[in-house]
Amino acid sequence: MTEIFGIPVQALFGQLLIGLINGAFYAMLSLGLAVIFGLLNIINFSHGAQYMLGAFCAYFLLEWAGVGYWWALLIAPIVVGLTGVIIERTMLSRLYKLDHLYGLLLTFGLALVFQGVFTNYYGSSGQPYHLPDEFAGAFNLGFMFLPKYRAWVILASVIVCGTTWFVIERTKLGSYLRAATENPAMVQAFGINVPRMITLTYGFGVALAAFAGVMAAPIYQVSPLMGANLIIVVFAVVVIGGMGSILGAVITGFGLGVIEGLTKVFYAEASNTVIFVIMVIVLLIKPAGLFGRER
Amino acid sequence: MNGFKGSIFSLAVAAALGAGAAQAQISDGVIKIGVLSDMSSLYTDLAGAGSVVAAKMAVEDSGIEKRGYKVEILSADHQNKPDVGSNIARQWYDVDHVDAIVDVPNSGVALAVNQITRDKGKAFLAVGPGTSDLTGKACSPNTVHWSYDTWMLANGTGTAITKQGGDSWFFITADYAFGAALERDTTAAVIRNGGKVLGDVKVPLNTQDFSSFLLQAQASKAKIIGLANAGGDTTNSIKQAAEFGIVKGGQKLAGLLVFITDIHALGLQTAQGLTFTTTFYWDLNDHTRAFAKRFSAADKGIYPTMVHAGVYAVVLDYLKAVEALKSDDGTKVIAKMKEMPTDDPLFGKGSIRADGRKIHPAYLVQVKSPAESKAPWDYYKILATIPADQAFRPLSEGDCPLVKK
Repeated sequence: MTEIFGIPVQALFGQLLIGLINGAFYAMLSLGLAVIFGLLNIINFSHGAQYMLGAFCAYFLLEWAGVGYWWALLIAPIVVGLTGVIIERTMLSRLYKLDHLYGLLLTFGLALVFQGVFTNYYGSSGQPYHLPDEFAGAFNLGFMFLPKYRAWVILASVIVCGTTWFVIERTKLGSYLRAATENPAMVQAFGINVPRMITLTYGFGVALAAFAGVMAAPIYQVSPLMGANLIIVVFAVVVIGGMGSILGAVITGFGLGVIEGLTKVFYAEASNTVIFVIMVIVLLIKPAGLFGRER
Repeated sequence: MNGFKGSIFSLAVAAALGAGAAQAQISDGVIKIGVLSDMSSLYTDLAGAGSVVAAKMAVEDSGIEKRGYKVEILSADHQNKPDVGSNIARQWYDVDHVDAIVDVPNSGVALAVNQITRDKGKAFLAVGPGTSDLTGKACSPNTVHWSYDTWMLANGTGTAITKQGGDSWFFITADYAFGAALERDTTAAVIRNGGKVLGDVKVPLNTQDFSSFLLQAQASKAKIIGLANAGGDTTNSIKQAAEFGIVKGGQKLAGLLVFITDIHALGLQTAQGLTFTTTFYWDLNDHTRAFAKRFSAADKGIYPTMVHAGVYAVVLDYLKAVEALKSDDGTKVIAKMKEMPTDDPLFGKGSIRADGRKIHPAYLVQVKSPAESKAPWDYYKILATIPADQAFRPLSEGDCPLVKK
């Protein structure tokens, strides 16, 4: 069998695919962060907690109401998105005039509150969320055994990321949004309700996090800490991609997933630091991130 | 009339003096026990708040407060960080006059606390940490290690599985002191029984996605994949192994450290058939059942793990030694604990060796299928009991400097 650096090529393909799947989660989460930062200039530190809320929402729907995965995929983002709308209206909107740091502190505090409350009631081991029946089993790709659900994760992530990018960069609604962040007063003068648009954007970003949470529920334990473990990595992804750049977030999300996957093969011990090493290098060479614009 | 008043007065004085006498050698008049645990992360359920509950139950059941002693239980979160844990331990000993630290899941933190406790001449009642080094080369006259250690887990599970024909292993190991010790001890048990180890991968603590490591384990073609990790890491690896069809593909998982809370989190559908070693199960006898019932009522319905049971038993034993000595001097109390035979409702009669290791039987258990489980938390079948004298590492093999050869 052919080998690259002592690893059989086939095994390497498997690892690349796994990296891509993890990258799909990074992309979905960093997309929401990038949308919120790009359009609201808020560093949403509660994104990880909102991802966790999405997963718990799916769990509650199943346990309490018998509502299955597919409906959860629709309902959980709406419910969690609405909580985002409430947070934006009652708290975040008061901070826009202040420094970024205040938004960061507020959302970080909220994240700790959500995690603390859920840990108190549900502990840290998490709740099981069983794989929907239609995803039982796997595809045998020859070089690896790809669980059907993981294939669906990649597909769903590409669809969601693609659609979001299209809406923001290629539609009239998206152009309003982008204009409103550049010059809110001018856009308001054209008769567009800017505060409402901003509220809905935050709600949408939060809904994206919840969507990723529902996607994650069958793979990981539904645990109060699932977001806390991921959020720092996702922030690194956004910084590397360029704060606020949607395309950058998506591409770096997938790319870093793959790099992390390869690290797991060659030097597993470094797999949770490699992304930060890359972040340092990127910031030294290109402080605005790979796809960011210098302001 | 006057005489009656006078007798009440003298009774009160006598009671006060009596209490004073009982507390004469107790520093500050209070026995302060600090529960240092993971209160917020992956080991919360198996130790955490439950350890505080267990310690309080032990104080209550010891009846020591009725005999004039004052006991105070403190608790803190070490966040699985040795530096945070060390700072808390120092603050507790130096500023808050804590006499004993109990629990400390996470071997990295525990090894740090072990050293600090020794330097300060206090008492460390280790229950949560796994590393067998605490009673090996890092053993201390101020430390007692209860419940379990990596050698015992490795010996119980490693030996049983290797003897059943699982003679080639691949390890997925948590990359810190505990994982390293567990892998080392299991490797020794596997080789001792004629098996071999094909490879390993060291995974950072608190990893979410194990698929990459599971694929490496799959590619190794080893018959057994040994999970040298704990808590959330173990549940995630077992869950994802099912997803990737590892067990269907003919490889078997060996959970080296599995707690009942992990099984509860996974659900029997996913966890059934898993074989591992434990030193405590709530459904062993009337005492353990009664304890579990009281405990779960106080800890959000969670049934006690072997860590919770160990915290209860070690605090009970510690208080007995304090009372026997009438002193809470750490070094003396630990020496007394080693000298006295132990007897508690959960682990039965036993002893603490010179190296600080508490000796009791261990159980090889298998997780029931959903059909076999008759009640909530009815999870284990006991396959074999490993007698106390065989369950733990022989005193002579630990390289503990306290043991005279």
